[in-house]
Amino acid sequence: MMRTFIVALLLVLLAPACFAIDPTTLPDPVLQERYSRLTHEFRCVKCVQQTVADSPGEVSEDLRRQVREMLLAGKTDDEIRDFMVARYGEFILFKPRYSARNMWLWLLPSVLLIAGGIIAFRIVRQRSALVAQDDEPIDEDIVR
Amino acid sequence: MNKFIIPLIAFALLVVVLAVGVKHSPENTIVPSALVGHPAPEFNLPELLEPGTTVSSSELKGKPYVINVWATWCVTCRIEHPVLVQLKQLGQVPIIGINWRDEDDLARQWLAEFGNPYTHVPVDKEGRAIIDLGVTGAPETFLVNSKGIIVHRHVGALSLEAWKKDFEPLIRADLGTAANAAGSAAPGPT
Repeated sequence: MMRTFIVALLLVLLAPACFAIDPTTLPDPVLQERYSRLTHEFRCVKCVQQTVADSPGEVSEDLRRQVREMLLAGKTDDEIRDFMVARYGEFILFKPRYSARNMWLWLLPSVLLIAGGIIAFRIVRQRSALVAQDDEPIDEDIVR
Repeated sequence: MNKFIIPLIAFALLVVVLAVGVKHSPENTIVPSALVGHPAPEFNLPELLEPGTTVSSSELKGKPYVINVWATWCVTCRIEHPVLVQLKQLGQVPIIGINWRDEDDLARQWLAEFGNPYTHVPVDKEGRAIIDLGVTGAPETFLVNSKGIIVHRHVGALSLEAWKKDFEPLIRADLGTAANAAGSAAPGPT
């Protein structure tokens, strides 16, 4: 019984391996690692919420072929990214690059954090000043 | 009173930011094309209609033309096909049909069966030309003007309505400026 259960569990757990989208293996492990990283960086332009690495779509297959060929041709990661952005726009990058257009996206959180910190600090200081002022008269009232 | 104004303004700003964000949400929308307004990419591919020859983008220069990306495995292309045949009959611009990731025999059979709206059928088995065009799927249709600039991109099946609304005005404008340029370049009577 237990053995049947374990076999069944293994079968279920291993099932996704049979559905692996991308069978690519490059000769050089370093290239393979870069290939895997880059294809996970690019957005599938057809399915939009998947990466090029995970998508079974035709365009993604062509884009993987493109990345493979460019890697084997000795292109750098940035050259491959630029190639994709030139054709599909910044949208193809899951992690947008820092640029003048989206600068506020990166800066706004820190600006808000600093502004919030300053406001909180001033409120705390004001209140502690009030407490210091009120200290003595209140004590006298109570004593009396 | 004064106490509420700042939070109110902050809230209004937040509403505007979120509204813009929701409106531009990438979900279910079309990946924006980076290539509209840029020169059409060069290609040099085997010609399906005349085996053994190639067709090159340089042959197409000087006149507006349409690039349509299609394949026999593409269901929407089948729906779109009669529209392309109608456009061919209108005869406004040549239609180049890039046959993407397909088998030549099937593609020829398709054209024999449903009619051939294309003046050239470049065969792109590995998806090189279509990546250069920034294609996200088939069918997809581009309008290239007489200066070789991509001026419009249509994603999905083309309809006559879309053709009249989006393509025709651009073609007319392009032919108009091309004619003017030719007119002014031609030597006047002396």
